[in-house]
Amino acid sequence: MTMAEHPAPGGFRYIGTKRRTKEDPRFVAGRGRYAADIALPGMKHVALVASPYPSARIVSIRAEAAFALPGVRYVLTGEEFCAATDSLTIGVDAPKVTRYALAKDVVRYAGEWVAAVVADTRALAEDAAELVEVDYEPLPYIIEAERALESGSPLVHPAHGSNLLYRRRFVWGPVEKAFAESDRRIEFRAKWGRSSTVPIETFAVAAQWHPAEQLLDVWASIQMPKFPDQAARALRLPGNAVRVHYDVDVGGSYGVKRGIKHTVLVGYLARRLGVPVRLIEDRLENMRGGDMHGPDRYFDVQAAFDTDGTIHAMKIRALDDVGAYAGRSPLQLGKPIGAICGPYRIAAIEYEPISVMTHKTPQEAVRGFGQSPTNFAIERAVDRIARALGMDRIEVRRRNFIDKSQFPYTIPSGSTYDSGDYHAVLDKALAAIDYPALVRERDDARAAGKLAGIGISTCLEPSGGNTAFEPLFNPKNETTTWMDSCLVRIDLSGSITGIMGTSSSGQGHETMVATVVGEVLERDPAGIRVIHADSLNALPSNSPVGSRMAIMLGGAAAGAAKKIKQALIAIAAHNFECAVEDLEYREGNVSLKGAPSKTLTWDQLVEIAHRKFHRMPAGLEPGLQAKFVWEVPTGGGLPTPDGRIQMYPCYAFEAHIVLVEIDPDTGKAVIRKYVCGHDCGVMINPDIVHGMTCGGIAHGIGAALYEKFAYTEDGQLASGTFMDYLIPSAMEVPAIAIVDHCTPSPLTTFGQKGSGEAGYLGAPAAIGNAVNDALEPLGVSIEETPMKPFALWERIRAARGDNGKR
Amino acid sequence: MSEKLHPISVEVNGVACSGMVSARLSLVDWLREELRLTGTHVGCEHGICGACSVMFDGEPLRSCLVFAVQANGHRITTVEGLARPDGSLSVLQDSFCQTHALQCGYCTPGMLIAAQGLLEANADPTEAQIREAIGGNLCRCTGYQQIVDAVRLAATRLSEGAK
Repeated sequence: MTMAEHPAPGGFRYIGTKRRTKEDPRFVAGRGRYAADIALPGMKHVALVASPYPSARIVSIRAEAAFALPGVRYVLTGEEFCAATDSLTIGVDAPKVTRYALAKDVVRYAGEWVAAVVADTRALAEDAAELVEVDYEPLPYIIEAERALESGSPLVHPAHGSNLLYRRRFVWGPVEKAFAESDRRIEFRAKWGRSSTVPIETFAVAAQWHPAEQLLDVWASIQMPKFPDQAARALRLPGNAVRVHYDVDVGGSYGVKRGIKHTVLVGYLARRLGVPVRLIEDRLENMRGGDMHGPDRYFDVQAAFDTDGTIHAMKIRALDDVGAYAGRSPLQLGKPIGAICGPYRIAAIEYEPISVMTHKTPQEAVRGFGQSPTNFAIERAVDRIARALGMDRIEVRRRNFIDKSQFPYTIPSGSTYDSGDYHAVLDKALAAIDYPALVRERDDARAAGKLAGIGISTCLEPSGGNTAFEPLFNPKNETTTWMDSCLVRIDLSGSITGIMGTSSSGQGHETMVATVVGEVLERDPAGIRVIHADSLNALPSNSPVGSRMAIMLGGAAAGAAKKIKQALIAIAAHNFECAVEDLEYREGNVSLKGAPSKTLTWDQLVEIAHRKFHRMPAGLEPGLQAKFVWEVPTGGGLPTPDGRIQMYPCYAFEAHIVLVEIDPDTGKAVIRKYVCGHDCGVMINPDIVHGMTCGGIAHGIGAALYEKFAYTEDGQLASGTFMDYLIPSAMEVPAIAIVDHCTPSPLTTFGQKGSGEAGYLGAPAAIGNAVNDALEPLGVSIEETPMKPFALWERIRAARGDNGKR
Repeated sequence: MSEKLHPISVEVNGVACSGMVSARLSLVDWLREELRLTGTHVGCEHGICGACSVMFDGEPLRSCLVFAVQANGHRITTVEGLARPDGSLSVLQDSFCQTHALQCGYCTPGMLIAAQGLLEANADPTEAQIREAIGGNLCRCTGYQQIVDAVRLAATRLSEGAK
């Protein structure tokens, strides 16, 4: 097959073409290798004793009855554990907010782990955990973030002095002037309810200590930057004494699979007891004590605009409840700064992020790292502006979009958007859904007495995950690189292996690396093997966070492959005694231009590199391997004093259009039609991009309509199972049409942008806008996710003043 | 507290398997921990997510809600048993690869079992019937679209193969 016969989009050979993934066959055969599948000889199992109180002093722990059970090996409490390990790291400057896997002296949320029981089987460990007697003295607690800031409120960490973790008011541009001079203003509060990504696999970790080697082996279902370093530090081990096996398949993550506290606990137990130890969360443990809840946020939004629809300024105050402890979660208020004005030309922005602790389960990174809630607030504002002006919502968006001629475009908070064509993507989505027909369908439904609404959202997906919010939110942290790497090797047989330094949780990295290496070397990706190194023989990686791997790992893999290609050409030039410019590389073979008979084939070149040093050019290493470590494009900068910084490098765009119907008698919302226009630049594997986008939309449907970690007034998690935390099934998620558009990024190897958070970043906003459009004829609105049937029914009932009956 | 053990004998993926199990051992734990058939996954352990689905006498069933002793004398097919006798992927499994009907792979074994159950009962399902059949299996990666596409594709291929 030659390129000319089957031209791929954009002139690529493999990129962008329909290709099966490398990962799927092992999964459909039931041959995945997840952390819970790891079984080591003599392995023991952990069960946890959890606090029933949101806040209490631990008076005593009696474990005699548990110990007496045959098969029980150990009961570990915070007393021993906190003395023997160090606190986990925190993203902001709050050194007194210490955090360990087991509570010591006090508990700070219902579900917090108080003791760990180790036994021969998981069932025995659970039996024994029930026999551990803990006496508590209940203490005052606070579960509402605004009240947690009031003086006299119970303190989650008294040593810290308040419940406030982080607060800063950023002002970028002439905000007050714009508010004074604009024709109109609106103001509203939106509430993003506490939900999360809730993967179907809970967190699992197995660890084994090798005393002779002083080495801890770890198999864990992780997606976390700097994971081995943090685990080693907390365990007071050198970094090279912890070996994390990245070849573990992770059963979904979408941000939350951090499990650092679980790993430090299990690592400690494995070393302390001298036996392999495994912990698998059960579902309740995952939901209440797994520390993986998502943002829980109030937005107070103000906007200033003219009667023609031009938006001049916005003020956003975001109050986020991170729960009882903080790792990176306060930083989820920082990432949205990189797209704080959405796709719009808004010249002045005030943003006040406030991170607050309460006696609830801690928050972890969730898909989009705070961007989806922020997009929800921005897009609700745009709809409210249109409504205030009596203008069409599409027209207001078009009028304020950054035009394609204006890229690269720098927003007030300091990030430069790389490229885009927002008008074209929205137009494509409108055409795909047949917008005039959609309006008729809504109006017909309304005429028939139903509540129906159309929702639109136009949002950005910042991608290429950098960590610029770290120095922005913590001046003591000068991290300015978030590199990723790849090693490419050609063996003596001429076959290609790509080696990556992190685990995957469904993103198809093996396929992606093989595709780009194949593209550069013009070799069939089907024959390229991609493996996950362990942390001791891996090049640096910052893991698949922030929609970064197509850009960062893809860029690193391409960079390594290009070095290989250059080496092959250099070998040929030396053997033909010519300049490299006189040579032509085609499908791995190198020929003298204009003299095809003078060719060294791939096999011959590989043979020279591996065996025939006498035919190698001076200065070239024998063997054939290359590493490439790539810094994030546009990375490397520190924030300005007023808090401007380039956040992520690339900006994908999505336009969602949705038709929702609400049953006026039950308040149940049903999605009738869904189209998403999507531009993430060049797609490396379209099936993977489309799959992640549909999955993101489904996740967004859940956040908008169903999913909530609800708390009772006495501080108990009320939705700790799938009976009450509702994840949308194939019956709730409709058929979704995705319309592609391609505006290449000028910053990346092939023009690709990220797409791992696609769909989720705009779906809740679009559905929220649709629900409100449906409620508009009743004169009521809802600014709170999830928009559950009861909340909608209450508003419908209030509007009708007739107990909901028609 | 030593537990009384009960003998069971179960046909698993066409092979006669026997063991001694405690009464409280769930079927999924027996399959995974004793037989080391780790393709069947545990997601919620309370019967909602469907990741642990297996064929039980030819019908999809949640193996987290059944005790191993209850399987005594019955016939079970796990995801490892869906392949053709020569070990190659079945039409349904291959269709999942063709449409990329999975990402992390964790719900996939249960999805395959649910889809297998549907196709055995209904050779030509509509999209609505497919959605209903997999409606008890939660997937967090795909939004279900490419799974629905895969089951449809498998139905088409199987009917073409049958002609």
